[in-house]
Amino acid sequence: MVQPIIETEALTKDYPVGDHVVHALRDVSVRIDRGEMVAIMGPSGSGKSTFMAVLGCLDVPTSGHYRLEGRDVSSLDDDALAGVRNAKIGFVFQQFNLLPRMSAVMNVELPLLYGDTPPATRRARAAAQLDAVGLSARADHSPSQLSGGQQQRVAIARALVNDPVLFLADEPTGNLDTRTSIEIMTLLRALNARGITVVLVTHEPDVARFARRILRFRDGELIDDERVAEAAEAHAPDAPPVPSRVVVPAALAVPA
Amino acid sequence: MTTRTTARLAFGALAVNRVRTALAMLGVVIGVGAVITMMSVGGGAQARVEEQIRSLGSNLIIVLSGSITASGVRLGSGSQLTVTEDDARAITHEIDAVQVAAPAVRAGAQIIAGNANWSTSVLGVTPEFLDAREWDVGVGRPLIQTDVDGATKVALLGATVADNLFGDVDPVGQEIRIHRVPLIVVGVLARKGQTTQGQDQDDAVVIPISTAKKKVLGTVAANVRAVNVIMVKARDPASVPAALEQIRTLLRQRHHLSAGQDDDFTLRNLAALVQSQEAASRVLSLLLAAIASVSLVVGGIGIMNIMLVSVTERTREIGLRRAVGARRNDILAQFLTEALTISLAGGVIGMAVGAIGSWAIGYFAGWPAPIQARAVLPAFGFAAAVGVFFGFYPARKASRLNPIDALRYE
Repeated sequence: MVQPIIETEALTKDYPVGDHVVHALRDVSVRIDRGEMVAIMGPSGSGKSTFMAVLGCLDVPTSGHYRLEGRDVSSLDDDALAGVRNAKIGFVFQQFNLLPRMSAVMNVELPLLYGDTPPATRRARAAAQLDAVGLSARADHSPSQLSGGQQQRVAIARALVNDPVLFLADEPTGNLDTRTSIEIMTLLRALNARGITVVLVTHEPDVARFARRILRFRDGELIDDERVAEAAEAHAPDAPPVPSRVVVPAALAVPA
Repeated sequence: MTTRTTARLAFGALAVNRVRTALAMLGVVIGVGAVITMMSVGGGAQARVEEQIRSLGSNLIIVLSGSITASGVRLGSGSQLTVTEDDARAITHEIDAVQVAAPAVRAGAQIIAGNANWSTSVLGVTPEFLDAREWDVGVGRPLIQTDVDGATKVALLGATVADNLFGDVDPVGQEIRIHRVPLIVVGVLARKGQTTQGQDQDDAVVIPISTAKKKVLGTVAANVRAVNVIMVKARDPASVPAALEQIRTLLRQRHHLSAGQDDDFTLRNLAALVQSQEAASRVLSLLLAAIASVSLVVGGIGIMNIMLVSVTERTREIGLRRAVGARRNDILAQFLTEALTISLAGGVIGMAVGAIGSWAIGYFAGWPAPIQARAVLPAFGFAAAVGVFFGFYPARKASRLNPIDALRYE
């Protein structure tokens, strides 16, 4: 049996805004298994970013449960969540979020500073990870000397340097041109092929097609859970296979 | 995260904005420099007062005849002097707290040497006088008991008198005349400088008390043993109050004064006067240091300002660090270390500035301002405390940022 890596149970997240409360997430229950590649889609304000924040342990739900690798992390304190983020989760952002004054390899090294890695081995691990994304020649370049695609690959190396069990990408291709987007998505597919669970938020259907499963949000609710029979191939992004609907489990199905 | 890593991060971040870092540091540099310089100036003032106390004779008590201080007038008028050489001997022998008591007569006189002349005060004393005043002989020999016993015609010159009468010539062996009496100069006293009142202590001639009475100044008919003044040296500063009390009791008894009568002598403790000046100069140096500390606090506010700007500018960085696993305390330590680095580096540079400032004041203003070792560490410690105190609020603000909001900050 495949082990679930993410299990959420009736997740809700409310934000007080002035006098009223915004329900950013309403009763979201979903299960993502190890090795899946999942795209989250939805219009802005649909709750997909909040959902990602909860999955990434950057935020805690108002109610409900979130189990990461079977461990309930929805009630951990701030320091414990920081530890989980450091050891289990790799983040990639639309804005890359590289530290501008540091070289590429130092950026990749950053998560190791906050973990248990002995100082002597940090630089070597970071360099190896940079090599894995094909940027070893650029190790000493600062982010401003790198193209957008290269910056995002540095960010991916940084996300992977601690061997996370979950790789989260928030609009990873949002700032990239089409060709570079394909490169990045191909890289994510390759990671997924190595067994890393990938969850990404996107609003581009072309990007979402690289995933094998698409979760759609609207008004804080999970409204659709679509499994793609065959994911897009990197060399043929213009001719995506037609996704075929799979039966959504009754518990997760939401009337459209 | 190790301390070393944190320190390296802080240096890196500070190196990015060199000018800004230097300006923030400048406040602390000026503050620490000012504290050290002001303490040096205050210390110099104190040293000056302490030196005056030393030159007066640190444990000196003066017993004056009569109840007025203008004793020369009384001597001139031939009225009675109330204290005597025997009083001095009694004080020396009967009071434990007293080390030595030296009687002296004095009068103003015109001194003639060759074709030079100089008006000064003449002191007729016993050999104990120099000991009581803690006054050394610069060249030549001091007075000895034989001089007093034989009423020899010898004199010791104060440095000022020697300068005025003989200039560059060695006065020892030369002849001077006081009231037409020729005396041989046997020594010149070491320079003692001015009193706190600006009186030149070196403007005096010292001769044997017997010579003064019999040959130079004359005596008071009623009592040949009478003197103007007795210089008393207590054993140590702590025994001065006891000595004062016992001298008063002894002299009242010896002068047969009944309970209701006023003293017919005056007791003076000049050191006490100077000690109060020393206390005043200590207050002054504390005040200077306190004012200088204000600039250190202002420097701290400068650090806080810069750190707040830095935290705002680096909000995204903070969010990113939190996302990859930094705990709140890691962020707190990072920013606190930056603030501390600014203040400690400023403290070190400020010490150098303070040392240069102290030297410059001593050199250009002629005011002795020795660097106070006891000022350096507190000033540095204060700078560090300022860094922690004013760095804490911005660092805490950084550590409290919500990671999601911080990541989205534009």
